[in-house]
Amino acid sequence: MLTNQYALNRIKEAFGDHITDASESYEMLTVSVNKDSYFDLIKFLKEDAELNCMFLTDLTGIHDPNRVNEELGVIVHLHNLTANFRIRVKTFASAEHHSIKSLTSLFKGANWMERETFDFFGIHFSGHPNMKRILNVDDMDYHPLLKQYPMEDQTREDKNNKYFGR
Amino acid sequence: MSEIKMTEAPPGIEGPGFVATSLDKVIGLARSNSIWPLPFATSCCGIEFMATMGANYDLARFGSERLSFSPRQADLLMVMGTIAKKMAPVLRQVYLQMAEPRWVIAVGACASSGGIFDTYSVLQGIDRVIPVDVYVPGCPPRPEQIIDGVMRIQDLVKNESLRRRNSAEYKQLLAGYGIQ
Repeated sequence: MLTNQYALNRIKEAFGDHITDASESYEMLTVSVNKDSYFDLIKFLKEDAELNCMFLTDLTGIHDPNRVNEELGVIVHLHNLTANFRIRVKTFASAEHHSIKSLTSLFKGANWMERETFDFFGIHFSGHPNMKRILNVDDMDYHPLLKQYPMEDQTREDKNNKYFGR
Repeated sequence: MSEIKMTEAPPGIEGPGFVATSLDKVIGLARSNSIWPLPFATSCCGIEFMATMGANYDLARFGSERLSFSPRQADLLMVMGTIAKKMAPVLRQVYLQMAEPRWVIAVGACASSGGIFDTYSVLQGIDRVIPVDVYVPGCPPRPEQIIDGVMRIQDLVKNESLRRRNSAEYKQLLAGYGIQ
């Protein structure tokens, strides 16, 4: 059986200092990796005969302005379907330099999810074949889930801020 | 036998074998009792509309049993549900494909004002892209309210001047939406 501890040891053997953080929440192994080794780690997790994480469950972004120089993050969930082993991989980048290597060469499914992450967070995935908006209107000129932008539609004039908590 | 209620004849001069009235009123009467609606249903208001079309509420009583799923043959565009900003050009295109005279009813809070979805991705009322004749409040409105909205449309249709669509005001209204 593939345990979290064993998987973590294998990852640390292969990547050492590039793993910046490792933890376990709700029995799921979470590792943070620096931006430069992100692609290699995912490739390792997918292609290693034992870890064999062949399924990309989810890929999404996060924006936390309080983390100086690593405001933007990408979170990847992988699943080894035969051993029912799941792992979460995080990588962070600064708001200025947030080009991250695309996973589309490993997982076809990453295409849609990376476009979505780009659409909402502005994180650029280098090597993605079609890096443009997917869900929002094409002429939108910002990335709406970045914290500096309010959630509400800014064109309304009929709402009294006092009653709507703005 | 059920009692069949006929619509009243428009006021005019009546004599043996003839009725004289204005053309506006005859056409208004005919149009208002044979409105073909195009349901543009995107969410729960659409479900209420399905109930409205069903046997219990039966929109057919108002001459609107024939839904038109092509905008080209529809008289009334019924927008029911949240319209995302990405959907707005589609809705506008549907409206443009309708032939004059055309009417629009915004059913429910979302179509009327964006409703609870005060957010960057949702159109804050369809009147931002197309002109609206009647707004039906509710989240979602009950079928009775939708019927009330359709009856108000019927009133508009019945009393509309045949020249309205050629008037300067109407052209100005459309121009305000960038149409034509």
